[in-house]
Amino acid sequence: MSTLASEIVRDTSAVSAADLARGGRVSGTIGDITTPDPRMVCRGVNVWYGAKQAIKDVGLDIGKNQVVAMIGPSGCGKSTFLRCLNRMNDTIDGCRVQGSIQLDGQEIYDKRVDPVPLRAQVGMVFQKPNPFPKSIYENVAYGPRIHGLTNSKAELDALVETSLQKAGLWNEVKDRLDQPGTGLSGGQQQRLCIARTIAVSPEVILMDEPCSALDPIATAIIEELIDELREQYAIAIVTHSMQQAARVSQRTAYFHLGDLVEVGETNQIFTNPQHRLTEDYITGRFG
Amino acid sequence: MRTATQPPAPRRTIDIVNASLKRRYARERRFRFMGAAAVALGLLFVAILFADITLKGYTAFQQTYIEVPVYFDPATIDPAGSRDPQALAAADYLAVVKASMRRLFPDVTERSQLRELYALVSAGAPQQLQSMALRHPGVIGTTRDVWLIAAGDVDMLVKGHLDRALPEADRRIKDSSILLLDRLAADGRIEKRFNTGFFTNGTSREPELAGIAGALAGTFYTLVLTLLFSFPLGVGAALYLQEFAPKNRWTDLIEVNINNLAAVPSIVFGLLGLAVFINFFGVPRSTPLVGALVLGLMTLPVIIIASRAALQSVPPSIREAALGVGASPLQTQFHHVLPLAMPGIMTGAIIGMARALGESAPLLMIGMIAFIVDVPQGFTDSATVLPVQIYLWADSPERGFVERTSAAILVLLGFLVLMNLAAVLLRRRFERRW
Amino acid sequence: MLALLAVMALAYHGGRKRAITSAGGAGRISTLHSLPGYYGFYAALWAGIPALLLLGLWLGIQDHVVTGLVKSALPAQTLAGLSDSELGLLLNDVKNLASGSIVGGTVTPAIQAAADHFAHLQRLANWAMWLLVLAAAVSGMALAWGRTTPTMRARNRVESIVMGAMFLCSSIAILTTLGIILSVVFESLQFFEKIAPGEFFLGTLWSPQTAMRADQVAAAGAFGAVPLFTGTLLISFIAMAVAVPIGLMAAIYLSEYAPRHVRSVAKPLLEVLAGIPTVVYGFFAALTLAPVIRAIGESLGLQVASESALAAGLVMGIMIIPFVSSLSDDVINAVPQAMRDGSYALGATQSETIRRVVIPAALPGIVGGVLLAVSRAIGETMIVVMAAGLSANLTANPLASVTTVTVQIVTLLTGDQEFDSAKTLAAFALGLTLFLVTLVLNVIALHIVRKYREQYE
Repeated sequence: MSTLASEIVRDTSAVSAADLARGGRVSGTIGDITTPDPRMVCRGVNVWYGAKQAIKDVGLDIGKNQVVAMIGPSGCGKSTFLRCLNRMNDTIDGCRVQGSIQLDGQEIYDKRVDPVPLRAQVGMVFQKPNPFPKSIYENVAYGPRIHGLTNSKAELDALVETSLQKAGLWNEVKDRLDQPGTGLSGGQQQRLCIARTIAVSPEVILMDEPCSALDPIATAIIEELIDELREQYAIAIVTHSMQQAARVSQRTAYFHLGDLVEVGETNQIFTNPQHRLTEDYITGRFG
Repeated sequence: MRTATQPPAPRRTIDIVNASLKRRYARERRFRFMGAAAVALGLLFVAILFADITLKGYTAFQQTYIEVPVYFDPATIDPAGSRDPQALAAADYLAVVKASMRRLFPDVTERSQLRELYALVSAGAPQQLQSMALRHPGVIGTTRDVWLIAAGDVDMLVKGHLDRALPEADRRIKDSSILLLDRLAADGRIEKRFNTGFFTNGTSREPELAGIAGALAGTFYTLVLTLLFSFPLGVGAALYLQEFAPKNRWTDLIEVNINNLAAVPSIVFGLLGLAVFINFFGVPRSTPLVGALVLGLMTLPVIIIASRAALQSVPPSIREAALGVGASPLQTQFHHVLPLAMPGIMTGAIIGMARALGESAPLLMIGMIAFIVDVPQGFTDSATVLPVQIYLWADSPERGFVERTSAAILVLLGFLVLMNLAAVLLRRRFERRW
Repeated sequence: MLALLAVMALAYHGGRKRAITSAGGAGRISTLHSLPGYYGFYAALWAGIPALLLLGLWLGIQDHVVTGLVKSALPAQTLAGLSDSELGLLLNDVKNLASGSIVGGTVTPAIQAAADHFAHLQRLANWAMWLLVLAAAVSGMALAWGRTTPTMRARNRVESIVMGAMFLCSSIAILTTLGIILSVVFESLQFFEKIAPGEFFLGTLWSPQTAMRADQVAAAGAFGAVPLFTGTLLISFIAMAVAVPIGLMAAIYLSEYAPRHVRSVAKPLLEVLAGIPTVVYGFFAALTLAPVIRAIGESLGLQVASESALAAGLVMGIMIIPFVSSLSDDVINAVPQAMRDGSYALGATQSETIRRVVIPAALPGIVGGVLLAVSRAIGETMIVVMAAGLSANLTANPLASVTTVTVQIVTLLTGDQEFDSAKTLAAFALGLTLFLVTLVLNVIALHIVRKYREQYE
């Protein structure tokens, strides 16, 4: 795995003023895109929307029990990249994905791979909380039901309960499981969506700016939750907030106009960024 | 922590998922198939409907004629020899037709057989001869080969709508008549020609003489008036509601009313027309005028709703620009907004007119079902409209009317297609993205 | 009429010219408050509106006045012993005679004299009317001209008149509703004076043949509308059983599955069904489908009426398909993509997403659409008039012949009938029922649909 990685990670020292002069085009990623014992391995990923290239030759590993944060200015392709990881881009007309993305060694864009079981393994939480217009219980039970994960009502009840507990929502909703999920507050809705995702026991959880629609208190609760979930899942999170990336993640990847500019330990990225663009972004010169 | 006590079972999920996947995909395919089948079924209905009507109706655009050498006997037509048009018009042309038919088949002498022989040509044949004699008095005293309109049943037989193989008792036409016809056909005296009468005649009890000219004229007068009523009213109402109306309970009430009126059954408008326009205001019954009043009220909501949408799509910047150079609000609307919204409003008006064109139920209530042979000449003549004519013909038992009805439907659908096409083209031509 | 238009045109030109001269010539138009054209319009409106109002008023009362005069001039012995309706007939004869058409009864000298008198009065009235109207127009014009000064705010005045006119236009909708309600309620009240509402709404026998003459032996007529209601419901039910599944599934397929080019062809083609006049459907039901159904039924050994509820219902269902499908299409498209994404992200298949997330989310809107469709089915007339029967059977058998409210309205009102007999009035009572039921359905449905839209906006 690491040999492949070193082939793809090209001459990182070459990024320089010359590149920046050419409109910030970056010819390679700085930093180590690999991680020991990865869950997902992406190499040379290109994504087009019609004729427009949204992701250019991105490689990144997503490791077990860690949170990878993806940061970058708006429109830099971080959400697009995230949506490639469970093939949510399939639902978008004219979106084309090229390159290699593997889950536990299995190529997910292989023709034989079916997005349905893939998405059961790679769950996703969206920017805006999107509970189904059903009861809280039904929201969580939805995934297990469609996949037939439980054999009895009692089992399903237990699964709903543990999922809600893991999402830290149980105590708040245990008395009103039959009320509509849309009636909860924004933060509760987002935790409901996380509980819904956990209920199918995925291996990787993708989060697309999960706190951008929430207030600071709800954000803090979710961030805490993400930290707890790390013990069981591999997590990739797209965020607009650098503070959030610094708080919840172990590794950080900086995207710029479809390029993955720099990857590294979160501490290192925030304290000692290698690339000018990363530094400018982190110090708030743009973005 | 609670989470730590949970046995890690990532394999479990994917295995279970994979196990049931086949079943789920079968269900997926079934569902998808049902959707496709529903669309296919809908399209099939369209196809069947059009095919059925076309197959039933296209033959009506042709009419069977029988060539008969007619001796314009001066003794019958103009015994006085005056060539006075009045005398010519009043002459007994039926006798001329009968004599000509007898001459064609000298061997037919028995009374009942003769009656069959006369019945081969239409009851309109004498009128054909009359108009010939009136137009060219020179034919009197000569023998001319004239293509006489064949009777309805003969027409049906020639077109293959009547089955020769059926036993005689189940057939509308007798064996002996068929024999006569076959002799005529062998002489080349039977021919199908384009049916101009269908477009120039009023209705008739005889299918071979019935035409849609009266209904078309009635439709024309009615629609013109409908447009005159509903267009200015509709545009005025839309302008007011969209641009000037204060937001209050009255305008709310108007709004709810308009939406409701668009969904009120058309027959209720007929009741309104009968009770209010005819019985209360004394508008003459059965006329395009009262029909247009009713249809105008029915199309009003359509035009208002379409016009409001069109007005809404004009960006506020246009209004601000006009107001900014000192135009009054009304000048802004009439000089700038309305012209820009006009294509949309016209589209709405055409669609409204297309709906009015197809409407028949309320017109039954206000007496536009009278049997009117003459082509109406104005807005206050008794008239009928095309859809109602279709309804009336559909009720007639003669086989020939099935064909005529279908043909009339084809004409009606043709107009509807044209109008909708015009609406689509108008929309395309003037579509503007702001 | 033309003269009136001419006066208005004259008023326009005169007003315009006066405005220019009052300002001191064409070069000094800017001293006017409004453009000269507005002074012209102002004058034209002053000439036209009062004159038109007068004309309308006159036409409204002329007939009454003239008829009254003729009646009072009729010799007393002619009037003696005439009931009101006979008097009406007599006057009708007079009018017909005066206008030169054929008269039903015998023409006595008295009637002939009355007719001459009537024609004379009529002519007199017409002359007087046009004279007065033109006088009003000219004086209106003169008044407006007199008021034309450079400081007069002609534009504002014209505009406020136009505004008023537009306000009246928009009020037509309410007037129409009011007209509908008044006309059906008024006649229905008369009907319920003759027939108790209880009998009408609960009776199960419908046979509206009242005796035409008092000495006729025919039955007094029965007005129990229950068989009509059940017949309407039966046919509507069959129609909905066809239209809802097909329309809904077609909408789902077209909005969720179909590739764009299929959608762009199939959707307008399906909507063709909505544009076909109902009389065409009626013809198709009566002449094509009904015989087919009959033949199939007979080959299965079933008794099928030639005007079965099934034929009418099926065709009505076909007609309503595009209605259901386009309304469902709208509401399905209004379900946010985020809902679908949430479901897909959990590993749901497309059909699972549609059935368990999209449809439940769209349900209120779909229900609203279906209610609108039901109201269409109940009020649909031509199909049932042509394809359903006239016999009021109380049955739930789709192969039997039933009749509907709309069929009966048409049948009761298209025959030659006296206007205030129970039979014709019954049509208005049925119309009232129909109007109220569809009104309630529409209001509920429109409310549901609007609430639903707001939810996702």
